[in-house]
Amino acid sequence: MAQPATEHVDDASAHAQHDDHAHGKQSAWTKYMWSTDHKVICMQYLITGAIMAVIGGYFAYAFRMQLAFPAQSVPGFGLVTPHMYNSLVTNHGTIMIFWVAMPVLIAAFGNYLIPLMCGCDDMVFPRLNRLSFQIFLLSAVVLMAAFFVENGAFGGAWTAYPPLSANSAYNLTPSGQTLWVVAVALEFVAFLLGGINFVTTAMNSRAPGLTMWRLPLVVWMIVLASIMFMASVGPLVAGAVMLLFDQLAGTGFYDPARGGDPVLWQHLFWFFGHPEVYVVLLPAMGIIGEIIPVFARKKFFAYKVVVYTAIATGLLSFFVWAHHQFISGIDPRMANVFTVTTVIISVPLAEMCFLYIATLYGGKITLPTPMLWALAFMAEFLIGGVTGIFCGASGSDLYFHDTYFVLAHFHYTFFPIAVIAVFAGITYWFPKMTGKFMSERLGKIHFWGTIISYNVIFLPLFVLGAAGQHRRIYNYNHFPDLAVPWMQNLRILATVAFLVLLAFQLVFIWNLVQSLSKGKPAGKNPYNANTLEWATESPPGHGNFATMPTVYRGPYEYSHPDREDDWWPQHEPPAENAGDGEDA
Amino acid sequence: MTGKPLATTRSATGIPTGRLAIWWVVASEIVIFGGLLASYIVHRLGHPEFGDYAAHTNVVAGGFNTFVLLTSSLFAVLAHAAAEAGDGRKARKFLWMTIAGGGIFLVVKSIEWTYEITHGLVLTTNAFWSFYYTAAGLHAAHVIAGMVAMAVVAEQAKKGRELGRVELVGLYWHFVDAVWIFLFPLLYIAK
Repeated sequence: MAQPATEHVDDASAHAQHDDHAHGKQSAWTKYMWSTDHKVICMQYLITGAIMAVIGGYFAYAFRMQLAFPAQSVPGFGLVTPHMYNSLVTNHGTIMIFWVAMPVLIAAFGNYLIPLMCGCDDMVFPRLNRLSFQIFLLSAVVLMAAFFVENGAFGGAWTAYPPLSANSAYNLTPSGQTLWVVAVALEFVAFLLGGINFVTTAMNSRAPGLTMWRLPLVVWMIVLASIMFMASVGPLVAGAVMLLFDQLAGTGFYDPARGGDPVLWQHLFWFFGHPEVYVVLLPAMGIIGEIIPVFARKKFFAYKVVVYTAIATGLLSFFVWAHHQFISGIDPRMANVFTVTTVIISVPLAEMCFLYIATLYGGKITLPTPMLWALAFMAEFLIGGVTGIFCGASGSDLYFHDTYFVLAHFHYTFFPIAVIAVFAGITYWFPKMTGKFMSERLGKIHFWGTIISYNVIFLPLFVLGAAGQHRRIYNYNHFPDLAVPWMQNLRILATVAFLVLLAFQLVFIWNLVQSLSKGKPAGKNPYNANTLEWATESPPGHGNFATMPTVYRGPYEYSHPDREDDWWPQHEPPAENAGDGEDA
Repeated sequence: MTGKPLATTRSATGIPTGRLAIWWVVASEIVIFGGLLASYIVHRLGHPEFGDYAAHTNVVAGGFNTFVLLTSSLFAVLAHAAAEAGDGRKARKFLWMTIAGGGIFLVVKSIEWTYEITHGLVLTTNAFWSFYYTAAGLHAAHVIAGMVAMAVVAEQAKKGRELGRVELVGLYWHFVDAVWIFLFPLLYIAK
């Protein structure tokens, strides 16, 4: 377990000979598309994720307009046909989870933070890292290509249940269905390769003195998420192969008439799909966990317990999947078992939230933009978590299943994860990534505009769902008891709030552009934070650190009673006569 | 060591990075085959008639292939031992013998499949044959991938380069072997 004594010799030589992303002249194509530098690959994921988020948001715009103003031409889109409506909702879900939340939260932040926070110069397998991005990019192209083939993109919902997804006679998208499966499979391959890299880097490339129990929480969370992804996605990869054979070769894996079973897909999908919720949640919790102690100037409350609760959540998440199938004809006794496991999983998660709140307690709290996002994440995710109990209990789920109540519930989990936590992370690490501050004033306008309009979108959807509004309906005017004025008014309210939310994103883009060109210089460590990424230049140069850091203490030593400064960087050597009882 | 970032050369856990990574590869592969086999077993339990279909498989060919794969894994171990001793040429020889084992496996498999397909037992015949061809086909794809990887490593080993990789392809090959140990009884023997 000991670090090799020759570490500093390696450091010197590593800088002298650091590899194929060599200094000096490179074409922009080589530098930005074929780089093996983890920071450039982070930007590739971030930008691809942002483009996909715009596409997913555009789809949402089209179908929300259709729901609020049925059968009218949507400005900037045109008339949404029923067939197109199905494609839009399917791909909105697919894109936002697999091509936005995953690449941004795990791949982009993981790529940027793991090597920096571990105090090393790159990922353990830089070329594998580049390959995983390239496969990811290919998968995005394959997914979008479906919109340009005959009969358009797949419209069988992002969960792709057979028999609808397995037979083009039912879903009417012979090419679209296959492109969807292939795109998702390629995306899984990209994240399996990326995950192996993340886990191995965090395990083996830590700086001298950086034990596992001194790693920042976000590294722990991304590593745990990668392991969970690896352990859960396998059956769905096999399931995707079977689905592909059903579509193309005419096998009957999911066809009961030929000895298959359509519910098999639901098991395979949700055995992955439910851990997947936590795969994206944990990195989000990690990002928030980096921000809270810095702006509360307080040591993380029960750091190790947070890691243990994350592990417990991860393990339990493998035993809850069938709560998606309460109305799929599973045995009611099994439904009881899965109700119990589903309710149990809220215990470690609630514990984690309490520990975050305990970290705030008694701190010297300031509220810059990243901290606002972090606190908003806690509050909004809580709503998502609490409404999940109604969906996870089989009794109430029989009523709520496939209504807008479920839809509002998971948007109250995924929006905080994929949007709020991402904005928290970007605003927090922007000074490190670019060397410049973002505007606080624009940041706060963007924050409040986004948070308020977001709640106005989704709170009404709980009410609509509880009133019996079913999901995946093209035009509610076709259903007299759902076409009543008060329900239609709530639909219009949600759509208008969504337009407001979109408008406020322009503030963020403006802030980004302004700050990149004329933001105030940030310096190495603008927040007086402890973790290793703040020990180097902003933005970090090639090879990350001028001298490779050695670590002496845990990541959250804020307001230590024995010190004048209220921060204590991980890499700062202890004073000559100081005791060494400062382990995390 | 030229061209490798510092990150690749560190070993904070004490386990060499390559070995650590290959174990994670194997772990992710186990769940892929695990999911497929679990699906098959659940179907098998619900469909007793699968036993009658399985009676049409060629147990002798399957058994011979099991023997071939196990033997090839022995050569992979011998290649590892040679690489540990620093003898790249010997490691290369044993790796090519392992590859030959994979080749024999694939030839026997092709003969078997040709016979079955010409007798009307194809992918779409029923769910049993769908599983049979999908699982064995996915396994065969892994056999081919392992053979290609071993060929690359063998030629590097000849020049005395990257001898550590001999162990890594060996680990992968043992995994491919172990998958077949599960497939053979499930698809051929359980009647």
